[in-house]
Amino acid sequence: MTVRSQSSLSEIRLTFIQRVWQLNWGLMLLIIVTACVGLATLYSISGGTTETWVSRQLMRFGVGFFLMLLVAVIDIRFWLRAAFLIYGVALVLLVAVEVVGTVGMGAQRWVDLGPFQLQPSEVMKIALVLALARYFHGITHEEVAQLRWLVVPSLMVIIPVTLVLRQPDLGTALLLLIGAAVMFFLAGVRLWIFGAGLMTALAAIPFAWHYLHDYQRERILTFLNPERDPLGAGYHILQSKIALGSGGMFGKGFLQGTQSHLNFLPEMQTDFIFTMLAEEFGLVGALGLLALYVFMLAYAIAIALRSRSQFGRLLGMGIAGTFFVYFFINIAMVTGLVPVVGVPLPLVSYGGTAMVTILVGFGLIMSVYIHRDVRLPRRAEMEEL
Amino acid sequence: MQRDTVRQKAFTRRALVFSGGAAALTTVLVGRLYYLQVVSADRYRVLADENRISWRLLPPPRGRILDRFGVELANNQRNYRILLIPEQTPDVEQTLVELKDLVRLDEHDHRRVLRDAGRNASFMPVTVLENLSWEQFARINVHMPDLPGVQPDVGESRFYPYRESLAHLVGYVGPVSPKEQTGEPLLELPGFRTGKSGIEKTREKALRGKAGNSQVEVNAYGRAIRELEREDGNPGHDVRLSIDMELQRFAYERLKEDAGSVVVVDVHTGEVLALVSAPSFDPNAFNLGLDVEQWRVLTQHPRTPLVHRAISGQYAPGSTFKMIIALAALEAGVISADHRVFCGGKIEFGDRFFHCWKKGGHGELSLANAIEQSCDIHFYDVARRVGIDRIGKMASRFGLGVPTGIGLEGEEDGLVPTRAWKRKRHDEPWHQGETLVSGIGQGYLLVTPLQLAMMTAQIANGGFRIKPTLVARDPQTSVRQANAGTPLDGVHQASAGPESIGLSAASLSLIHRAMDMVNNSPYGTAYRSRIAEPAMAIAGKTGTVQVRRITKAERQTRLLKNHERPWKDRDHALFVGYAPVSNPRYAVSVVIEHGGGGASAAAPVARDVLEEVQRRDPGRTPMIGELAVDTEEPSDI
Repeated sequence: MTVRSQSSLSEIRLTFIQRVWQLNWGLMLLIIVTACVGLATLYSISGGTTETWVSRQLMRFGVGFFLMLLVAVIDIRFWLRAAFLIYGVALVLLVAVEVVGTVGMGAQRWVDLGPFQLQPSEVMKIALVLALARYFHGITHEEVAQLRWLVVPSLMVIIPVTLVLRQPDLGTALLLLIGAAVMFFLAGVRLWIFGAGLMTALAAIPFAWHYLHDYQRERILTFLNPERDPLGAGYHILQSKIALGSGGMFGKGFLQGTQSHLNFLPEMQTDFIFTMLAEEFGLVGALGLLALYVFMLAYAIAIALRSRSQFGRLLGMGIAGTFFVYFFINIAMVTGLVPVVGVPLPLVSYGGTAMVTILVGFGLIMSVYIHRDVRLPRRAEMEEL
Repeated sequence: MQRDTVRQKAFTRRALVFSGGAAALTTVLVGRLYYLQVVSADRYRVLADENRISWRLLPPPRGRILDRFGVELANNQRNYRILLIPEQTPDVEQTLVELKDLVRLDEHDHRRVLRDAGRNASFMPVTVLENLSWEQFARINVHMPDLPGVQPDVGESRFYPYRESLAHLVGYVGPVSPKEQTGEPLLELPGFRTGKSGIEKTREKALRGKAGNSQVEVNAYGRAIRELEREDGNPGHDVRLSIDMELQRFAYERLKEDAGSVVVVDVHTGEVLALVSAPSFDPNAFNLGLDVEQWRVLTQHPRTPLVHRAISGQYAPGSTFKMIIALAALEAGVISADHRVFCGGKIEFGDRFFHCWKKGGHGELSLANAIEQSCDIHFYDVARRVGIDRIGKMASRFGLGVPTGIGLEGEEDGLVPTRAWKRKRHDEPWHQGETLVSGIGQGYLLVTPLQLAMMTAQIANGGFRIKPTLVARDPQTSVRQANAGTPLDGVHQASAGPESIGLSAASLSLIHRAMDMVNNSPYGTAYRSRIAEPAMAIAGKTGTVQVRRITKAERQTRLLKNHERPWKDRDHALFVGYAPVSNPRYAVSVVIEHGGGGASAAAPVARDVLEEVQRRDPGRTPMIGELAVDTEEPSDI
C-alpha cells in the first residue's frame, strides 16, 4: 500500500521524449482539421484573399498550437501548483482592464500588451477551471457536500464574473458561470445546492434585469420575438437564419455564399462565422463541423475519465465542458435558439485570444492524458512535491 | 485510496450525466439545422433572393421623329450632367461652394442638392446640374481633381433642332405627371419624360419603346455588385411624318412675325407637307423645365403662342367660302353658270343694308367674275337663292364642320350652321339675313386652317374625298397602288379610285377657272401675288374677315384703314390656293390673324409657299432610306 503510493507519487517521472510520444495525435489531427475549416471560411469571407484575415489567423493558430504542445508536455504537477497563481494573474488582468482597458465594440475588454492585445476574460475561462479543479482536488468527497467548503470557490467564481459583467460582456460572464457550474457539478456538489442556487438565480432575475444594459435587454427581448424589429436588433438573427436556411442541404458552394458576401450579416468573421460556413457548405458542412466538435469533445471526456487524479479529471472535464458550452451557445445563437451573446466559435472564429485560449485548454487536456497515471497529492501532501 | 475510488465513481457518474446532457443538446442543434436548412430551405432561399436581387429599369431610347426625307425633327441629344456622390465628398456644402466658382448654381439648386443628398443613400448620385454646355462641362472636368465626389455624366435628353418652326406639330416631352402614372414602373423612373403635346403625345406608344431591365445583385447597403441578367428591351420606333421640313421652315420663317397658320397638303394623297402655327415657342424649353416666369409669359402672351392655330384656330372663312356657295347653288340648279348680279355697293334686305367690300360697287358680274373680284353683293344673292341648309350640306361634303381626324390632339370642329343647328343651339328660328352673311363666309361659320386647306385640295383634285394624314407615303408605293387601281398620282379618273364628292365636272371647272382668274386676271383680287411662269401658275381665293361689326357711324364718316386700327381690331387675312393650275398637286391655306386684307397680307405668303413647294416638289421626290418605321395610324386620339 505504502510502496504503491510511494511509487505513484514519485516514481512516475516521464522523460521529455516519452511525453512527446504520449501526445494525443488523433486530437491534434481533429484540431488541425477544424482550424483549417475556419481558415477556409475566413478565406471565403474576405472574398478569396488570404490578406484580410487568413494569414493573421494562421499565425495565431501557429502560436496557439505551439503553446498547446508546450502546455501539454509540462508536468501536470506544475499546473496543479501554479493553478491559483494563474488564477490570480488572470484576476489582476481583469482588474487592469477595468482600469486601463481599450474600448472595442462598445465594451472594455482588451488590455494592450505592446505587440498584441489580450482579452483577460478569455484567460480567465481557463484560469477559473484550473483554480476550481485545484480547489476541488484538494478537498474530500465529504467536504464537498458541506456548504462552508463551497464559500471559497463561489467567491472564486463571483469575483471574475462580476468584473466581466462590468466590462460589459454578458456572453463571457455567462460562459464563466456555466463553466463553473459544470465544475461544481462534476466535483460532486449536492444536487439540492444546485436547486437552491437555481432558485436564487431565478429570484435575482428582476434585479439583474435592472442592471442590464439597454442593448442586452434588447437582445433578450429580440430573442424572445425576433420579428419584433427586423431591421434593428432582430436583424442579426433574421439575416443569419436567411443565410443559413438558403444554404440548404449541400450549400451554395465554396466562395458562392450570397448573403454573407453581400454584407447582409455584419461581423461574419467572428461570432457569425458558422452562418457563412452553413450557407456555403449546407447542412452537410454544418453537421461536418459539428461532428468534428463532438469527436473532440468525446476525446476530451474519455481523457478526463481515464485520469487517475481528481485534478486531472476535473481539469479535463471542465475544459471539455467549457469547449462544449462554447460551440453549443455559438451555434444555438446563430440558428436563433438562444439570444445573441458574444461567443466565438472555437477554433474557427477570427480572434487571437479565443484561439489561443482554446488551444491552451486542449494543451491542458493533453497534459492530463500524458500524465493520466500520475497520482497527485492532496493539500496536506502538497509540500512534498 | 478508498475515498478516492468513491470520489472517482461519483465523478464518473456526474461526467456521464453531463455527457448525456451534452449529447441531448447537440441533437437539438442537429434538429435545428435540419429544420432551417432542409425543411424551411425554400422559404429562406426566397428571402435570400429578395435580399440580394434588385431590378433596375433600363429606359429605352425614345424614337426619333423624322420628316418625309428622314430629316430629324426630334432626336436625343447628349445631356451633360454633373452628379454628386455624397459619400465620396468630405463636405457636400463645401464642394457646392467650389462648384459655384465654375458654373452658375443658384440658391434653389443648392438647396435641392442638399435635400436630395440628405434623403438618399449616400452612394446614390444626386443630380447637381443638367444640360450643361460643352464649355461648362469641360471646365468642370478639368477641375475634377479638386472636386471629390463630383461626377460628370452624359445622359440623354430630347432635342428639337428646328425649335419654333414646328413646335406645335411635333410637340414636346415633359416629366410624367401623377395623372399619367399607370403603375408602369418605367413611368416612375426619375427623369423619365413622356410626350405632352403634338406627335410626341399622340404617338407616345410607338416612340416610347419597351423598357429593358437588369437584375442587379446588391449588397446590404443597396450598392450594385454585379449584373446577373439583362433584358435590353426595345428602343422606341422612329416616326416618319409626311412633313417636308424645308418647306415647313420656309413657311414658318415667312409667317413668324405674325399670328396665323400655313397648311400645305398634297391634293391627291392628303399628306400634310407643312403645318405651321405662329407665334411659336421653343419646345426645348419644356424639356429643360420652364420656370414660373417663362410659363407666365407663354400662357399670358396676347398672341397665345401655345395654341396650335392650324388645327385649333377657328376662323370665319370669309370670301374663301364663296366656292362652296357657288358649288351649292350650281349643283342645286338654282342658278346657271351664266348667272349675273348687279353690284351697287350695297343692297337692302329686311330692315338693314348689306354692303360690298367695294364701296362703289362692281357693276354687273358673272359668277366667275364675282369670285375673281370677290363681289359680296353677288354672293348675298346666290346664298339667298340656295338657302342655308343646302350651303351647309355642300360645306359638309368638303369636310367642314367636323374634325379632319389628322391625328393630333386639340383639333377643333369648326362650325357649319343650319336651321336645325340654330334651333337647337340658340332656340331661335333662322333669319334670312343670316343666310346672306353666310354667303360671304361670315356669321356663325367657323373653319380651321386645316379644314380650309382640305377644302381647297378637294376642289383642286377634281372633287375627290381625301383625308389629311401626317404619315409619309412613298411615291413609289403610290405608283404601285395606282397600278393596282388606286390612282394617286396625276388626275383622278372618276371611274376608278377614291370616292368622289359627286360634283359635276362643269361646276368644278367653272370654279377652277374663277380661282385661276383670282390670281392670273388683272381684275383678280390676288393678281399681285401671281406666279408668272405658266407651269407653276397658282389659283386661289382671298378672304378678309371682319373681327368686329362696322358701325353705321363709321360707314358714314370714313372707314378706317386696317393699319390705322389697333391690331386687335384689324381684319383677319385669309388665302386658299393650289398649284400648278394646269395639273394641281399642292393646296395651301394661309390665315393671318388681324393681318388686314387677304389679298395684301395672306396671298403673298401663299404665293411664296406655293412657289417653294413646287420648286421642291416633295410629292414626287422619292424618299431617301427606309420608309417610316412606324406607319400605323393612331387608333385613338
